[in-house]
Amino acid sequence: MESVVFIFSLIDCCALIFLSVYFIITLSDLECDYINARSCCSKLNKWVVPEVIGHAVVTVLMLISLHWFIFLLNLPVATWNIYRYIMVPSGNMGVFDPTEIHNRGQLKSHMKEAMIKLGFHLLCFFMYLYSMILALIND
Amino acid sequence: MSAPAGLPPRPAAAAAAFSPGGPGSSLEAAAPASGAPRCQNGPMQSQMQFPSGYGSHLPNYSAPSGHYSQVPNKAAASHLENQYRASYYPGYYSAPAQNVMTSVGSSVLNAQESHQLYNNAPPHSGGSSDRPVQGAVSSASYLHVSAQQSYSAFDNHYSTSVSSSVASQGFPLNSDHYAMPVVSGAVYPNVSYPPVAAGGVYGQTFTSQSLPAVGQFKETNAFSSQSTSVPHSLQQHIPVGYNTTLSTVSSAQAVQDNLSRNLTGSVPKVNNQINTGGIDSSQPVHSVSQNVPFTKPGVGTSAASAVMSSVRSPAPSLSSKPPSSPSVTQSPELALQEGMQYGGYVNNQASSAPAPLSSSSDDEEEDEEDEEAALDSSSTTSSASPVLNNYDALEGGGYPETRSVTGSPVPSPSVLQTSKTSKPFGYGYPALQPGYQNATPPTPVQPSNPGHHSGFQHYAQQYPGVNQLSSSLGGLSLQHSQQPESLRPVNLTHDRNILPVSSVPAPVPNLNSDLRKLNCSPDSFRCTLTNIPQTQALLNKAKLPLGLLLHPFRDLTQLPVITSSTIVRCRSCRTYINPFVSFIDQRRWKCNLCYRVNDVPEEFMYNPLTRSYGEPHKRPEVQNSTVEFIASSDYMLRPPQPAVYLFVLDVSHNAVEAGYLTILCQSLLENLDKLPGDSRTRIGFITFDSTVQFYNLQEGLSQPQMLIVSDIDDIFLPTPDSLLVNLHESKELIKDLLNALPNMFTNTRETHSALGPALQAAFKLMSPTGGRISVFQTQLPSLGAGLLHSREDPNQRSSTKVVQHLGPATDFYKKLALDCSGQQTAVDLFLLSSQYSDLASLACMSKYSAGCIYYYPSFHCSHNPAQAEKLQKDLKRYLTRKIGFEAVMRIRCTKGLSIHTFHGNFFVRSTDLLSLANVNPDAGFAVQMSIEESLTDTSLVCFQTALLYTSSKGERRIRVHTLCLPVVSSLSDVYAGADVQAVVCLLANMAVDRSVSSSLADARDALVNAVVDSLAAYMSTASNLQQSMLIAPNSLKLFPLYILALLKQKAFRTGTSTRLDDRVYAMCQMKSQPLVHLMKMIHPNLYRIDKLTDESTIHVNDRVVPQPPLQKLSAEKLTREGAFLMDCGSIFYLWVGKNCDNNFIKDVLGYPNYASVPQKMTQLPEVDAPSSERTRSFISWLRDSRPLSPVLQVIKDENPAKTDFFQHLIEDRTEAAFSYYEFLLNIQQQICK
Repeated sequence: MESVVFIFSLIDCCALIFLSVYFIITLSDLECDYINARSCCSKLNKWVVPEVIGHAVVTVLMLISLHWFIFLLNLPVATWNIYRYIMVPSGNMGVFDPTEIHNRGQLKSHMKEAMIKLGFHLLCFFMYLYSMILALIND
Repeated sequence: MSAPAGLPPRPAAAAAAFSPGGPGSSLEAAAPASGAPRCQNGPMQSQMQFPSGYGSHLPNYSAPSGHYSQVPNKAAASHLENQYRASYYPGYYSAPAQNVMTSVGSSVLNAQESHQLYNNAPPHSGGSSDRPVQGAVSSASYLHVSAQQSYSAFDNHYSTSVSSSVASQGFPLNSDHYAMPVVSGAVYPNVSYPPVAAGGVYGQTFTSQSLPAVGQFKETNAFSSQSTSVPHSLQQHIPVGYNTTLSTVSSAQAVQDNLSRNLTGSVPKVNNQINTGGIDSSQPVHSVSQNVPFTKPGVGTSAASAVMSSVRSPAPSLSSKPPSSPSVTQSPELALQEGMQYGGYVNNQASSAPAPLSSSSDDEEEDEEDEEAALDSSSTTSSASPVLNNYDALEGGGYPETRSVTGSPVPSPSVLQTSKTSKPFGYGYPALQPGYQNATPPTPVQPSNPGHHSGFQHYAQQYPGVNQLSSSLGGLSLQHSQQPESLRPVNLTHDRNILPVSSVPAPVPNLNSDLRKLNCSPDSFRCTLTNIPQTQALLNKAKLPLGLLLHPFRDLTQLPVITSSTIVRCRSCRTYINPFVSFIDQRRWKCNLCYRVNDVPEEFMYNPLTRSYGEPHKRPEVQNSTVEFIASSDYMLRPPQPAVYLFVLDVSHNAVEAGYLTILCQSLLENLDKLPGDSRTRIGFITFDSTVQFYNLQEGLSQPQMLIVSDIDDIFLPTPDSLLVNLHESKELIKDLLNALPNMFTNTRETHSALGPALQAAFKLMSPTGGRISVFQTQLPSLGAGLLHSREDPNQRSSTKVVQHLGPATDFYKKLALDCSGQQTAVDLFLLSSQYSDLASLACMSKYSAGCIYYYPSFHCSHNPAQAEKLQKDLKRYLTRKIGFEAVMRIRCTKGLSIHTFHGNFFVRSTDLLSLANVNPDAGFAVQMSIEESLTDTSLVCFQTALLYTSSKGERRIRVHTLCLPVVSSLSDVYAGADVQAVVCLLANMAVDRSVSSSLADARDALVNAVVDSLAAYMSTASNLQQSMLIAPNSLKLFPLYILALLKQKAFRTGTSTRLDDRVYAMCQMKSQPLVHLMKMIHPNLYRIDKLTDESTIHVNDRVVPQPPLQKLSAEKLTREGAFLMDCGSIFYLWVGKNCDNNFIKDVLGYPNYASVPQKMTQLPEVDAPSSERTRSFISWLRDSRPLSPVLQVIKDENPAKTDFFQHLIEDRTEAAFSYYEFLLNIQQQICK
């Protein structure tokens, strides 16, 4: 059973890693002016909710399966994701707003955030991988 | 859904005719013209017009085939290359000389472009005979000339061509004028206009642009009488009708080309006749000389050729003129040069000079030059105009002395002499003192020529605007002792009189005198720190924001316009060459932004100003920090768009009740002819309540046709082709509609407002072309997409706690704005509402589409006359001001600096590129910068903004401003260079962002902290100061005062009842107003005007303007015995004390005593008394210094409006806010903490 949990987490984590990479690529495209802010933001905003859900699912799964350490590790990031999504002002077009992304260094901070998440997911990936192997061996 | 209402729908037949009818068919139909059923005419017209203006270009670009075949053989070869250029920018002076033939060919092309349709249609000739009255037409035509000629305006071409032909005779200009009538007659008749209408329409339309048309016209006449040759041309043209037209066309093109390239043929003559040539002619010939032969090709042929023929063969048309011209003898080169130099100049004047001057003066000049000048200077009109600050002249923003490179600034002697005929010449004359120009329009030209240099120097002093004189003088005085003076410690708590006597001058950067002279005017471009700190660490230490305040598109009185085939730019960072680059040697220049070494193009080596070779550093681009380039096709993604205006009007019960429709329609009717644009200008109307109504104005209908779409959930355009119509073709219908509109909805009971669907429809209508949407809204949108709910709680208006709902409630308007911006459409919002209308949400439609926002709280046309008058005045300015379409602005700065935040109305498309669907002269921008790399290895930093836009004449132009500032390494130098007004304006912008994204309280704290931090940092650097006192450097002595004013401004105040919409509007203004206007909004100027004397007056336009000293904004300055004028930027308050001198009340206000002065008074009577004259001249001087004419409101002590006045006395204590002194103490306390 535990192995199933970790296999699922691993897959989910892979998806999140890909998502982070996608965010980074798209944002750097914007930085280099390969795409315009409008299309960049509409691309990214589409994936904000899946990211939130994907991460929340893993977190909840860890809670349910009583892996406290991994749960606590995931909790801040999941909370941040949800907070960020909820706190979007009503007039904005999403977490990424084309009219503001070039202002006040938002682009840079989004980029930084995506990088940090990528690192975090990579860490989680190996952790899940290790746990999964351990679980499979134990089984 | 779409149901005909009110007016019968068009017969199906009409529609059918429309679609299938190719150009040819339409023409034919049109030929019978006047008699033909309207429905037919309508469609045809539209088609014809269209292609000529917009669509027709395509052929030029891509598919030359059709046109070329028609072109005469000679020209053909060159055509391909030239086509583009010739049609667009005739004036490349430096371009390798193309043969005359080429130019002719190109002209032909243009003609073809515009007339393709015509040519095909056999019935052409029919129209020719009718010609509107010459007088009216001619004047109109004249205007045309002055207006810029781009390919887009084919009318112009014609006119131009005429001029060329004339030129050969020696009187180019005049001929132009005369010819025009012919042209218009000839050309348009085909279109099936009744002749009269044609004349009227065209003439008026164009006329509108330049005020003085009438005067010009007269002159022309006079001129013609004088010049023998002129009459010739006139006569010929008139009778011939078509022939002339054609000829003119071809010639016109030629002329244009020549302008740039040199039209030798005509020029020489001119020179001869005028004699002026002598001086300049001696100069070395430019490459242009090749052209010389050109003139003649056309000469031999007989004039009689039909239009068609002429189109095909340009030469014949030309021929008619040549015989008359004797002057050929001169060496072409001389002629060329002359033409080049003087011509340009002359042209400028002609175009710029409103009235008379131009025509006669230039007679001799090279037509081409004229043309060019005309092109460039179209804008000039305004500048030259006698009215000092005439904002009406739109296009140019008025640069009186616009000079294309070709036309060197040096006043050509020839021109002067020419002036014999025309008196007014002095106008545009560059050498004259600025004051002179403005003041005395009609001065006869002086024969004396100032040297080239004199002309040039004049150049350097830009912006002679009168009111700037004082400030610039102030700046000068500062220069001498800047260091000590700006750093002189000022004890704020002790020095009570810190306000300067007159306006606060902008600090002058501490540069050497050469660079200082070259630097950009502070009115266009200002930096918060005129001494740039070397590192970010130093900047952080200073606690002052670093940023730029821009007013890039403002109306200029002088602007060098450069027509050059290559625009010299840095190869790596694309910076435009500017006065601050360094020339390593003759052949290489070093970019001042990225330090790359670039080659100087061959063409750039020739300097048209001195007409010498090998002096690239003397070129106008390198001598002026504000220049405008005429851009080539490289700078367009599509053919320049026509001017398109769409009005979206609220006609619900609320709107009808407020009565704004009457004022709007009246203003539109008055200014219809002055709308900036060319012959392609289009206009449309949409009204909405709970449904959306469209108006079919297709030319040919007997009356406007209303189409109602009630399906607001899925809005569609009932007849996509006929809703936006050509302004000139459908003018009668438009006028009918505007006359009918105010009364059409008087009995409406519809209270809902479907703004969102109406905007969606407007977007659909505009998306193919782009343009401007003007939305008039009077209430909260309540239906369909984008509906809003009231969010304001009236009880919270004066809360000192949280102010909510400063941000938009929905992203609908933002999305719409971004869609519009993508389609080069700007949305301007006029909100006339008495209740809460959620401006915070509605404003988004303008904010992100680069529109502008006007708000008239509690507007009512009869109950609130002040607002009604304000709307009227705003509309006049709004409708007639200059406009740039499909614009982008890029801000570049020296390596090491970077921009991190932009403020203003636009969409940021990439890191340094702002997308501006429209740009208007009243828009200001701000940017915040950071220092990313240390600037230790450089002593100067530069900023450059380049605004690329399409003028309303369909010309692509680039306006470039460059600012150069020194780098300093010590903190005290940073303080010495602080520009307190710029700092405050930038902080205001930042505070608006902060209050929307965070909260109002945060923003207020941030403002106070800005003062506290910077003063504390300053005091810590000056260790010898006593810590117990509040000391500021002289440069920042007004900082606390301005910040206090900001805190008491509507946008940021708390504790005083402020309606949410008022607050949001004030915030919008802060983001989009240029610095000068914003400063008046933040800190109004107060003058005592009951004792104006003749001391310390200045003279403007023969008027004596008293200069009363600025008063502190405090009630302690008000006395009951006095009268005070408060200048708040958009409104003047005239406060009259109870015991005010009766003489003042009698003389100035026109009432016997205080008690009889009415409550609502907005005008000062014209009383023949010195005090009245002084007061009025002072007020009108203040008014002239700004684009919007402010409303004057007389306020008596018992007037309820007096709170409006007293709330601006920001140094006084209110129940909710500190007085200035308390504020200072508070700051001191915080510093000591």
